[in-house]
Amino acid sequence: MYQTTYHRASSVDEAVSLFGKSSEAKFLAGGQTLLPVMKQRLASPSDVIDLGKIKELQGVELSGDTLTIKAATTYYDIMTNADVKKAIPAIAHLTSVLGDPAVRYRGTIGGSIANNDPAADFPAALLALGATVKTNKRSIAAEDFFQGLFTTALEDGELITAVSFPVPAKAGYEKMRHPASRFALTGVFVAQTKSGEVRVAATGASQSGVMRVPVIEAALKANWSPAAVDGVSISANGLLADIHGTAEYRANLIKVMAQRAVSAAG
Amino acid sequence: MGVEGIGARVVRKEDKRFITGKGRYVDDIKLTGMTYAHFIRSPHAHAKVRKIDSSAALKMPGVVAVLTGQQIVDDKVGNLICGWAITSKDGSPMKMGAWPAMAPETVRFVGQAVAVVIAESKNLARDAAEAVVVDYEELPAVADVHAAIKSGAPQLHPEAPGNQVYDWVIGDEGAVNAAFAKAANVVKLDVTNNRLAPNAMEPRAAIADYDAAEEHFTLYTTSQNPHVARLVLSAFYNIAPEHKLRVIAPDVGGGFGSKIFIYPEEMVALWASKKVGRPVKWTGDRTEAFLTDAHGRDHVTHAEMAFDANNKITGFKVKTYANFGAYMSLFSSSVPTYLYATLLSGQYNIPAIHAEVIGVYTNTTPVDAYRGAGRPEASYLIERLMETAARQLKVDPAELRRSNFITQFPHQTPVIMAYDTGDFNASLDAAMKAIDYAGFPARKAKAKADGKLRGIGVSCYIEACGIAPSKAVGSLGAGVGLWESAEVRVNPVGTIEILTGSHSHGQGHETTFCQLVAERLGVPISQVSIVHGDTDKVQFGMGTYGSRSAAVGLTAILKAMEKMESKAKKIAAHALEASEADIVIENGEFKVTGTDKAIALPMVALAAYTAHNLPDGMEPGLKESAFYDPTNFTFPAGTYICELEVDSGTGKTSFVNFVAADDFGRLINPMIVEGQVHGGLVQGIGQALLEHAIYDANGQPVTASFMDYAMPRADDVPSFNLSHTTTLCPGNPLGIKGCGEAGAIGASAAVINAITDAIGKNNLEMPATPDRVWRTIHAA
Amino acid sequence: MSTVKLTVNGKAVAVDVEDRTLLVQLLRDHLNLTGTHVGCDTSQCGACVVHMDGKAVKSCTMLAGQADGSTITTIEGIAKGDELHPMQAAFRDNHGLQCGYCTPGMIMSAIDIVHRHGGQLDEATVRSELEGNICRCTGYHNIVKAVLDAAGRMKVSQAAE
Repeated sequence: MYQTTYHRASSVDEAVSLFGKSSEAKFLAGGQTLLPVMKQRLASPSDVIDLGKIKELQGVELSGDTLTIKAATTYYDIMTNADVKKAIPAIAHLTSVLGDPAVRYRGTIGGSIANNDPAADFPAALLALGATVKTNKRSIAAEDFFQGLFTTALEDGELITAVSFPVPAKAGYEKMRHPASRFALTGVFVAQTKSGEVRVAATGASQSGVMRVPVIEAALKANWSPAAVDGVSISANGLLADIHGTAEYRANLIKVMAQRAVSAAG
Repeated sequence: MGVEGIGARVVRKEDKRFITGKGRYVDDIKLTGMTYAHFIRSPHAHAKVRKIDSSAALKMPGVVAVLTGQQIVDDKVGNLICGWAITSKDGSPMKMGAWPAMAPETVRFVGQAVAVVIAESKNLARDAAEAVVVDYEELPAVADVHAAIKSGAPQLHPEAPGNQVYDWVIGDEGAVNAAFAKAANVVKLDVTNNRLAPNAMEPRAAIADYDAAEEHFTLYTTSQNPHVARLVLSAFYNIAPEHKLRVIAPDVGGGFGSKIFIYPEEMVALWASKKVGRPVKWTGDRTEAFLTDAHGRDHVTHAEMAFDANNKITGFKVKTYANFGAYMSLFSSSVPTYLYATLLSGQYNIPAIHAEVIGVYTNTTPVDAYRGAGRPEASYLIERLMETAARQLKVDPAELRRSNFITQFPHQTPVIMAYDTGDFNASLDAAMKAIDYAGFPARKAKAKADGKLRGIGVSCYIEACGIAPSKAVGSLGAGVGLWESAEVRVNPVGTIEILTGSHSHGQGHETTFCQLVAERLGVPISQVSIVHGDTDKVQFGMGTYGSRSAAVGLTAILKAMEKMESKAKKIAAHALEASEADIVIENGEFKVTGTDKAIALPMVALAAYTAHNLPDGMEPGLKESAFYDPTNFTFPAGTYICELEVDSGTGKTSFVNFVAADDFGRLINPMIVEGQVHGGLVQGIGQALLEHAIYDANGQPVTASFMDYAMPRADDVPSFNLSHTTTLCPGNPLGIKGCGEAGAIGASAAVINAITDAIGKNNLEMPATPDRVWRTIHAA
Repeated sequence: MSTVKLTVNGKAVAVDVEDRTLLVQLLRDHLNLTGTHVGCDTSQCGACVVHMDGKAVKSCTMLAGQADGSTITTIEGIAKGDELHPMQAAFRDNHGLQCGYCTPGMIMSAIDIVHRHGGQLDEATVRSELEGNICRCTGYHNIVKAVLDAAGRMKVSQAAE
């Protein structure tokens, strides 16, 4: 790791202010992605601003049909939260298969979506559920937030404070783990909103990061059942290919994981 | 069997320090004034080193020195050696490309060191390494064996035209051709044995400490064989004469072969310690382990087997290309020859075998022995071929094997090995019973009805272990003898120290070796300690690999014990005024048989050291040593059967059951033996399903971290059902065959045979990743 | 440089370290608690797992500064004098270790698993929960046995307290 200066912020305002005073700062949430990258000297922030102790960034709120998860809430706290399990159990499930237990104690939803790794799980949930990303400056729809590999709508120094999810009628998430990294080789989140809209998002599959899958959405809109996806054909064009999964395989996984996610959603 | 004697499931003495965090691994050691080394490694698979500019780095804080490949060559540190000479079929010796510890002129694989920074801390050394400017001229590179032997391929070494190390043959080609000419059926198979990264959990590390006044070096290193390290560093690398070099291998966190070899980092640390006048420590990280620890396997093979009309094997021919990487590592040459082709008879009576092995240089990390070393490749080939034959000949795979088993012992194979004993039917029967082989068709049908693809796979392996008779291996080109030494010291108070040349890096010698003493003397193992891993304490030893510690190392201890006991009995007889022939040893006492006269071991020991009343002419003291050289290899063998299901939607494999029936001869501690089997099985399953060290066409490694190289995790593998069918090894007095490698040798074929059975298609390469299995299922 | 104040194995400590220092480096290099190991560079092997405020975390994936003010327990701190923690005893009794290198992290993770699941543990759960700990020696068979065994022992010892 290169030399860096560590700061611990106690409020969102302090974090943003520290960021503004540094030459090349990074916000440090759980650090489960940033620190490995820094250890390999692939990132060299002059300053890291720790968000882990900011109380206003912690916790879950269920209000009417909206579930709000604050940005620095850890996966473990999400996974075990009674409101999450009640309102959107698919999110609790997604969190329970994300990383490993030690990572889940440290990693946060805000850190995950700010990084927008193309194989991360949470972006699929946000996109499929039509979530809204709240920052210290504004609200951003998930559609607009994710802008390709490791790229988001966040401006320099803009800090995610929370993610708000509309509570769906049904939702499910299934993923095939990458055999080595255990990230999503492909994961699919399916959701049926209370107004009957069907949204399906896939992660780990596309060269452009998390994506909607309109053909599956159409099939499920017509008939919410795994069998409805049988006849769907997913193109391998534009999908990721590596030693653990060809593009064709990932195209297949989008379909199979969608079917299993629908089964899980009930 | 006493409660702590041979055959007892004694919990391990060494565990207390490991479970309380008090283990002492090389990286845990700090010496006063210690500096830290960081290697500057080539990012290119093949390049000329034009210039190294260290000027900026030398000005950085905490930098002690920057040392280069040219300096180590100028100081006449020897090139790395390969210790087993192989002769090609045309009579020429193998072609050795020069391998300096750091490259002065040419780098030939990604990760090869060109320079080293020595600094006051690890971080400062790494900071400064980035300021060293290396000017490379990139050269074309080649990573694939077939590409490397094509004309016009990039050439690695001027000493090895066509990138060929050797073209070696074994067996009677004429006899094989005659068998094929008369064959009723011929079964053919092409097999790739995937390259693996050993990945002991402790990365390699070294601390070198030079004492200028004594002109003496101490090296702490992650080694499976510290004496061999000292020998090679002394005799070939010109570091220091043996009496001026102490090598200590303290607790070592796994080896699996990869810590047999003496690596450039150890040589550089020693040389640099003298140059900077301070201790130098190097601790590798995981990426360095992927780049520089010797890899395993990497064979491409075409094989054909001839059968007569009764489905008896009549001939077997094999052609294998072995990828050695960029340089010939210490024992690499022997792995695809004498440790592979000599096992091609498997458990079967095969009258004629011929094998040709072509060793090839490529711009990849050097390849050497990894758990099993040649024998997994042989076993996988034979057992995939037997399965293929059964499918082609439409006979039950277990019965095809059974009808070809060797049943008379000793049995001379056509490829050097003489199997001493075994009962292959017994292990096959035990495994079939354990897995309810007869009930499988019904289970498969039920699974099919539930939409699941279920398969069963058999693998009957044999290995040659207890490596090895010195005279035999010497005649085949080995540069060392493979005996073992031991010393038994009975202290004046009756406690016992066993000094052994074997080295434990997980095998539990501190317990099993004590069990032999408990068995013979009837003393508790708490009175016995095992001393190993330090060349200043133990006179000599060949180390631990090739499942040799019990069969060879423990036998050496037995020989030393017998000498000690003989002297102790004389002392006891003298003290008890009895005949030496009437003395028996029981419960820590020397007794006059048939009487109640006895003297306890501590009193015998004390008498030996006070020497007040010893038999006339007897020297004082109670300490004996022995060297034991085995007369033959040992031949552990067994049957593994696994039953699994394949998810046709994802291609993912899930185990239903995995049974192992092994014949290891006598077991000293069944609990430890089972642990060895479990670990080996998972390495074999890892090879079959997950692991593959991959390079792109230009020699860039694709799998240099656990993010890309799939290590077996707990949820990838099943629990195992183990059993033992024992025939005692006649070659050593304890009847031991060895158990360390069996799992890794036999498991992978069982897995692939089961998957191919499940999916109904025979052609499937390792690792059978979900993607690969899914594509195979859905291929036209 | 910053001063990091922690309670480690029951003892208050204050250590001056560079800001880039990882928690595992603080433990190993500054406090000589070398039982916690480093086996990879990518936060996957789990040899470095310690407990921070009672939760199993990877000490190679935390800056020492992030742990400021917290309570850390390492493998050296779980036995009560000569009395082994039930998880340590179960690893020994079930031969759940060979070379010992992954063992401290395994034991620290395993204690956390039992704490979270209590009596609800079965083999599949243990295997799934050990995802973040890699062992190359044991094939996991005896580690799984040890964790299940310890789960029973820990329940008994908790009931006794």
